[in-house]
Amino acid sequence: MEFNAPAGQNLFDRAKIVGKSTPRIDGPLKVTGTAPYAAERHGVAANQAYGWIVGSAIAKGRIRSMDLDAARRAPGVIAIVAATEHEPVGTSDYNYAPLFGGNEVSHYHQAIAVVVAETFEQARSAAGLIGTEYDRVDGSFDLASSKDGAPLASEGGSDFAKLGKFEEAFAAAPVKVDETYTTPDESHAMMEPFATIAAWDGPDLTLWTSNQMIHWGKQAMASILGMPEENVRVDSPFIGGGFGGKLFVRADAVMAALGAKAANRPVKIAMQRPLMFNNGTHRHATIQRLRIGAERDGRITAIAHQNWSGNITQKEGENGTLQTPKLYAGANRLIENRIAQLDLPEGNAMRAPGEAAGHLALEVAMDELAEKLAMDPVELRILNDASGTVPGDPDTKISDRHLVRCLREGAERFGWSKRNAVPGQQRDGRWLTGMGVAAGYRAGPTTKSAARVRMSADGHVTVETDMTDIGTGSYTIIAQTAAETMGLPLESVTVKLGDSSFPVSSGSGGQWGAASSTAGVYAACVNLRRMIGEKLNFDADAANFADGRATLDNQSWRIADAGELTADGEMNYGDFKDGYDVGTYAGHFAEVRVDAYTGETHVTRMLAVCDAGRILNPLSARSQVIGGMVMAAGATLMEDLHVDKRFGFFVNHDLAGYEVPVHADIPHQECIFLDTLDPVISPMKAKGVGELGICGPGAAVANAIYNAIGVRVREYPVTLDKYLDRLPPAA
Amino acid sequence: MRSFTYERARTPAEAASAVATMRGAKFLAGGTNLLDLMKLEIEAPSHLVDVQDLDFGEIADTDDGGIRIGAMVSNTMLSAHPRVRRDYAVLTRAIQAGASGQLRNKATTAGNLLQRTRCSYFYDTNMPCNKRRPGDGCSAIGGSSRQLGVIGISDSCIATYPGDMAVAMRVLDAVVETVTPDGSTRSIPIADFHRLWGDTPQEETVLERGELITAVTLPRPRGGKHFYHKVRDRRSYAFALVSVAAVIQDDQTGQVAFGGVAPKPWRVPEAEELLPQGAAAVVSRAFAEARPTDQNKFKIPLAERTLAGIIADARS
Ligand SMILES: Cc1cc2nc3c(=O)[nH]c(=O)nc-3n(C[C@H](O)[C@H](O)[C@H](O)COP(=O)(O)OP(=O)(O)OC[C@H]3O[C@@H](n4cnc5c(N)ncnc54)[C@H](O)[C@@H]3O)c2cc1C
Ligand code: SF4
Repeated sequence: MEFNAPAGQNLFDRAKIVGKSTPRIDGPLKVTGTAPYAAERHGVAANQAYGWIVGSAIAKGRIRSMDLDAARRAPGVIAIVAATEHEPVGTSDYNYAPLFGGNEVSHYHQAIAVVVAETFEQARSAAGLIGTEYDRVDGSFDLASSKDGAPLASEGGSDFAKLGKFEEAFAAAPVKVDETYTTPDESHAMMEPFATIAAWDGPDLTLWTSNQMIHWGKQAMASILGMPEENVRVDSPFIGGGFGGKLFVRADAVMAALGAKAANRPVKIAMQRPLMFNNGTHRHATIQRLRIGAERDGRITAIAHQNWSGNITQKEGENGTLQTPKLYAGANRLIENRIAQLDLPEGNAMRAPGEAAGHLALEVAMDELAEKLAMDPVELRILNDASGTVPGDPDTKISDRHLVRCLREGAERFGWSKRNAVPGQQRDGRWLTGMGVAAGYRAGPTTKSAARVRMSADGHVTVETDMTDIGTGSYTIIAQTAAETMGLPLESVTVKLGDSSFPVSSGSGGQWGAASSTAGVYAACVNLRRMIGEKLNFDADAANFADGRATLDNQSWRIADAGELTADGEMNYGDFKDGYDVGTYAGHFAEVRVDAYTGETHVTRMLAVCDAGRILNPLSARSQVIGGMVMAAGATLMEDLHVDKRFGFFVNHDLAGYEVPVHADIPHQECIFLDTLDPVISPMKAKGVGELGICGPGAAVANAIYNAIGVRVREYPVTLDKYLDRLPPAA
Repeated sequence: MRSFTYERARTPAEAASAVATMRGAKFLAGGTNLLDLMKLEIEAPSHLVDVQDLDFGEIADTDDGGIRIGAMVSNTMLSAHPRVRRDYAVLTRAIQAGASGQLRNKATTAGNLLQRTRCSYFYDTNMPCNKRRPGDGCSAIGGSSRQLGVIGISDSCIATYPGDMAVAMRVLDAVVETVTPDGSTRSIPIADFHRLWGDTPQEETVLERGELITAVTLPRPRGGKHFYHKVRDRRSYAFALVSVAAVIQDDQTGQVAFGGVAPKPWRVPEAEELLPQGAAAVVSRAFAEARPTDQNKFKIPLAERTLAGIIADARS
């Protein structure tokens, strides 16, 4: 099906199932522990052996030798695949640092061997007997000292853009902000580690794994192992969190495949937690300079956002500028995104790559500007709201935008009028209290997505697509979409996901999954309706499907009477979309209290008011948004991979050292969706929210801390050691 | 994890002599620290002597009005005990500020006293660490040290004793009771129990090989108001940046010890005498010889401000 023009009225505008809060259909499996995650799929292949990955002990250099004798003789050991005895594996379009690179070490904890044994304990114990000698070489591990002279990430596009005359306008502006903000490296820290069971059957390789993008995984494995794509099957029905860390196949899959080949048996690997942080990818640290100039009435006349990050191959940095061309008006603009070479582990996508870090800078700079203007920060944002076309790209139309409503309704609900504009003045016993606001923007992309629907003789419909459910609720919204389109109750739909033998979907990433995958399922269902119409002799496109029947002009057919049918469908998007910016928007509010003695910050309330088109399932969408808000609060308050600049690695590489928020940190969250529709995105008029929730709340928390204590910290995370000496003296 | 043999001891004497005579043997209590360290091969005992069957699970009143806490009493039981809550509230508060409910169910009194440091480099066997491999060097010096010690540390090791319970026990003047492999018993004041690192950071307490903790006794309650304030980057399930245990009387005198700053709960009697003068006086005396790093120097003003908050609460 082609989507070549904005959607008109369609069946979703009369929906009974889509748009209703629906508990996730896989919920019972999850709460009873019967949803099988990759490492628990004991039944999929007989005779599974266990693999343990050995990570490099140096960040950069060469392996001189590996003594494998003792490990090979250890009890239970079946095979060892070691870097000194194996060619480097190939690369793929989806990762930059080699996942198993022969003698050349390119980052700390890069896989250098896998030990396969009868039991997990035997594999782990034997791995400890491998003696590796290295020639270590120096590397570049410090962003601040590597950023000077760093090139643009790419010419033009979102990496370099100029509009009007920024320098002149900024110089002439009567009110200005010119500040630099830094955000640290962060880890996805998902609950389920990288995990794969690999099995060979002749030339065919099956990976039961945990992966967000099944088709990318299949392509990448083929290219890494130098084998035809059609010989690779990837299956990942349940995923215990990914946040972008599982967009790509990782060392668990590669080493399980190599281990299984060497052992001639299926091999299971669940990566040990201490390896996750340096072996996997992470969100890159950024340095961001913001310059904003405004008239005294608050109108922005000049805005520049410059961003620096680093990566191992100087590609794909963290582009903090992404939201800046979209959010606020202003005639004179500059965007620059530069990338340095670093020898730290590979930086790559983490939930809202670019924007999550970018809002932490832009939305604090806006707070600083509001204060200089003596203006309410909500009003400053409303005054500079964009309409019609994208401020940084006037040739592009805005599809549908209600940011002002998000901010106004949010302010009203949150009790914003009670905020004291003078920072450091609001006291509640030993607590200093404060409120903060931030706007949020995250793109609402779509990508082509296919599905297959099968109707059985009794009228039950089964959907098959390689779409993934990374805890987001895909199973449920896909079932809702199919049930709505076919006019069936939810119980009459079964959804099967995550298997590369199913039609290729959008997968889950970049908050495109919900919008794209449901549109693909809709396309397949429309084809099934047409097949039913042909069989039973009616015009399916004109008929109304409800209660298991199709009705047209006083006539009605039981759809099951069409018998067993299978329909494929794919939603493709036309060029007309290139003329639009499809975005999602939010107003984020936070209230904090800071202990006037110790400086401890407690977030007391958070609110997000979101504009993301039709909300397919408010219940699961809310989970997505509040989850994003937790991660955003974590980024502001604590998350921080400590770089050891001598050895070149992330030191706090476990969940004790890398702190993420616990329940006690997040006592109260609210999330409200505006009832908007975006006809440009897809027939569903629904945009994703999985990343909108992390774009802005961190800045709202930072601004609330400032409002509470009157001290601005521009170096994230905003921990008490960075402001303790500037708090009022403790009695 | 290396393979090891395992036995369950039936008597304290048997446990003590098993560990004393077998090279590389260790006691196992709740296992919440030792087993984790074994999985990472930071500890690799050849033999474990499980002490869970020993008769150390009671909390009893002592003749002098104090209490005797069996070595195997769980953190949960100890913190919930009615007499502890009433007479030694600082201890209840300290324990409940630590770890998680599940861990406290399993963690024992003896094991908690002996938990090892949380220095990140200690946890990464690729990194030089004098505590893991004496003579290897200390990676934390010049590295990531925000969480580490500011006083009582040395050029060989700047790690802390990370626990909470012992900080409260320090202000209560607890005494650690042991039985040695030759059958004799010892009473070790908690002030003397943990060592400063010096040149031998691998030696963390004064216990000798095979010496088994049987109990911890607390003297008669001292009254006063009890406080335990643990400051950390998140609200639970994290080790202290700084913690302060204090018992403060109406006349402003009292006892105070600091956690998260040193190889042991940090209490300086001469500093404590300055309590009536306020937090600044106490902390500047208690930390006079501090040698913090750039990353952790905030711990000293933080200790002062945390104590100031406690003193203000005590007065109100
Ligand atoms: C995730 C996590 C978070 C934590 N957070 C905190 C926290 O915030 N605050 C805090 O204080 N603690 C915290 N802890 C540490 C926890 O309190 C300790 O792990 C626990 O108290 C150890 O007790 P155990 O009985 O399990 O000791 P084990 O692990 O069994 O033993 C620890 C050591 O004591 C020795 N030992 C045990 N019993 C005896 C005995 N009777 N005589 C002589 N030696 C003995 C063992 O040989 C071993 O060396 C945390 C632990 C974890 C895993
Ligand atoms: S501070 Fe102590 S525990 Fe940490 S690396 Fe140095 S010697 Fe080891």
